[in-house]
Amino acid sequence: MAKTESTLKNMVLSLTLIALGASACLGFVYELTKGPIELSILNKKLEAIKQVVPEFNNNPDEEMFRLATGEGDSLDIYPAKTDGVITGYAVNTYTNSGFSGYIGLMAGFKPDGSIINITVLSQKETPGLGTKMADAEFKDQFNGKNPSDFQLKVKKDGGPVDAITAATISSRAFCDAVQRAYNTLQKGGSK
Amino acid sequence: MNQMQNFTKGFFKENPILVLVLGCCPTLATTSSCLNGLGMGIATTFVLLGSNVVISLLSGVIPDKVRIPSFIVVIASFVTIVDLVMQAYVPDLYETLGIFIPLIVVNCIVLGRAEAFASKNSVWSSFVDGAGMGLGFTMALGILGAVREIIGSGSIFGYKFIQGDGVLVFILAPGAFIVLGYMIALINRIRRT
Repeated sequence: MAKTESTLKNMVLSLTLIALGASACLGFVYELTKGPIELSILNKKLEAIKQVVPEFNNNPDEEMFRLATGEGDSLDIYPAKTDGVITGYAVNTYTNSGFSGYIGLMAGFKPDGSIINITVLSQKETPGLGTKMADAEFKDQFNGKNPSDFQLKVKKDGGPVDAITAATISSRAFCDAVQRAYNTLQKGGSK
Repeated sequence: MNQMQNFTKGFFKENPILVLVLGCCPTLATTSSCLNGLGMGIATTFVLLGSNVVISLLSGVIPDKVRIPSFIVVIASFVTIVDLVMQAYVPDLYETLGIFIPLIVVNCIVLGRAEAFASKNSVWSSFVDGAGMGLGFTMALGILGAVREIIGSGSIFGYKFIQGDGVLVFILAPGAFIVLGYMIALINRIRRT
């Protein structure tokens, strides 16, 4: 095949055609994967809610409401109900003080404010160190504790929380996120 | 060059990581476990296959002066496809690899093969070349990831066989350089003999 000459017309024409073809392909793939992507994000959220609050038979995602944190921000709260009675709240909380910034958690609270369970939604901590926050060994120490008499502070800061070895900053950030969830929930008047 | 040689050169003689030392940024960053390394390798392989075939098809049509922009558009399209598909069907792996999936666009291996091979060879040879290079890359990343995971966290494919922490430095960035260095040294030793 003879090489197309590099005239202005040819160059503009070929680039335009390639870009058009590429965008058509991408539009098609985007439409194709849009549904599954949304579904996988939703599933992940529902899975996290199921892990942190007791049995429920409502749809927490539909009854989601927002509460202001008092820091010019708001958190998503998913109420878990059994036959209309509130059995717990799943709070989608976060902190920006992780070793690599943002950490997202889903924290489950009983109506009296004690922690049921916590699960990590997203984090970028150091592999093998900060990532251990998702392990049962660290996060399960919060289960059943009520932040009103269980200070959310690591031992180094005079609190009762056992920090992850060599990942004190990540442990502190974890506490910070849980504290934020607890404060917001308490201030929201949900007793 | 027959097709068999064309295919196998990616594994050993011209292995993109161990011999050509191309595309080291994702190599070092994503191989903290064997599975991550393999995932990254497979994603790159797909992009290599797609871009090699399309570029070799288009090479007669594209004027020389705009060939690089054209190649980049084609490569970027394939990367976006991989990005969306992984987000939809393997969200966990997608999250771990994070920014390194979009960064395949600027991976030197992909553009390197497009420029050095696909634009000068037939569609079929380019396909074989893409497969060989991609799988060679995947193999190197898999081995690198496996070594780092075994030494660093005492597990393989997430299955823990040693209790305790392992040698943490191998999970962190310096471990990647150390292991990659030894792998390149080993391959050089074998090649010399």
